[in-house]
Amino acid sequence: MTSKDTARHDALVADLKGRFGARVLDVDRSFDDCAVVVARDALHDVLAFLKNERRFNFLMDIAGVDCANLPTYRERFELVYVLYSSPDDLRVRVEVPVSELDMKVPTATDLWKSANWAEREAFEMFGFDFIGHPCLKRLLTHHEFVGHPLRKDYPIMGGQWCTSTSDMTEELNEPR
Amino acid sequence: MGIDQTLLPATKDEAGIVTTRLDEIVRWGRKNSLWPLPFGTACCAIEFMGVVSSKFDISRFGAELVRFSPRQSDMILVAGTINYKLAPVLKRIYDQIAEPKYVISMGACACSGGFYDNYATVQGIDQIIPVDVFIPGCPPRPEAILHAVMKLQERIDKEPVARRGQPRRHEVVEKFKDN
Repeated sequence: MTSKDTARHDALVADLKGRFGARVLDVDRSFDDCAVVVARDALHDVLAFLKNERRFNFLMDIAGVDCANLPTYRERFELVYVLYSSPDDLRVRVEVPVSELDMKVPTATDLWKSANWAEREAFEMFGFDFIGHPCLKRLLTHHEFVGHPLRKDYPIMGGQWCTSTSDMTEELNEPR
Repeated sequence: MGIDQTLLPATKDEAGIVTTRLDEIVRWGRKNSLWPLPFGTACCAIEFMGVVSSKFDISRFGAELVRFSPRQSDMILVAGTINYKLAPVLKRIYDQIAEPKYVISMGACACSGGFYDNYATVQGIDQIIPVDVFIPGCPPRPEAILHAVMKLQERIDKEPVARRGQPRRHEVVEKFKDN
C-alpha cells in the first residue's frame, strides 16, 4: 500500500526518530496517513522542528481525545495536532498522550497563531492546561460553565444556564 | 375587522363617519402593522428572507418592515438554534422591546432544541421568554411563517388591549393566595 506521500512520510519518520530517539513513542501509518506519537516533554521540540525545518506552516487543528475505554489506551487523554505543509503538500499528525493527573502541555501559540483558539477549545472541552497560552479561557461554552463537556464522564445533556453576558475585551487586548 | 362596514361612505364624495370601539381600532392597527425583529441564528433565518422577499411577500400581512433594533420592533421572530451562551442575549433583547410585544418561535431548534439534545443547546426558548406562536419544521416552509403571522393576528384580535404583558388580576390573586 503506497501513495504519493509514502516515501516522504518514511523519510520524515526516520528523521524524527533519528533526532528524538525514544521520545518518539510510536508511529501509525494506517490509511496512507502518518501519525507520530511523541512523549509530552518532546512535544514542543517536535512541533518546532516540523514547523521550522520541515516547512509545516499550517496548524490545521488541535483535537482532544478522551481515551477512556478505548483499545488504544495509553493515557486517559490524548492531544492530536494536525499539520499541513503548503509548500510540500504533505500532512502529518502529532499525537501526545496526556495523563489525567497532570494535564500540563506546552503551548503552540508561539509557533502558529491558529493554536490560540484551538487550544482554548481543547482546554474547555477536556481540561488541558496549556502552559504559556496568552489567554486561556473558555471559547465556545459560556463563562459561567463548570466542567469539561467532551469528557466521557460529563453528562452529555448537562446544560448549564448562563445569566450574564461577557465581552471580548481581554481577547482584543492580546498582543498580536 | 371589527369596523361596521355599513357605516363606510358609499362613494368617495360622500362624507363618511366610521364608528367603532377604541379597543377594536387599536387591535386592528396592531395586528396589521407588526414590525418583525429577526433573531436569526441558523438556516431558519434564510427561510425568513424568502418570506420577506417578493415571492411570498410578508407585506401582504403588514409585517414587512424588518427592524434590527428592539426599540423599533414589536414581533421578535426567533429563527434558529439558541445555545446557553446566547440565552442571556436573547433575554435582554426581548426585555428591550416595548410593550405590546409578541414572540414567534420558528423551527425545531427554537421550539425544542431540535436534534441538539446536548450540553450546549437550550431545549426550547419558552424556557427564557414567553412564546405566542410556535412554528414546527426544519426549517418551516415560508407558508408556515405566514400562517404563524395570521395566527398571531387572530390572537391579537382576541386579547384585551391594555393589559398585554401585565399579569392579569386573577393571576396575581392566585399567586399570593397561599401566602
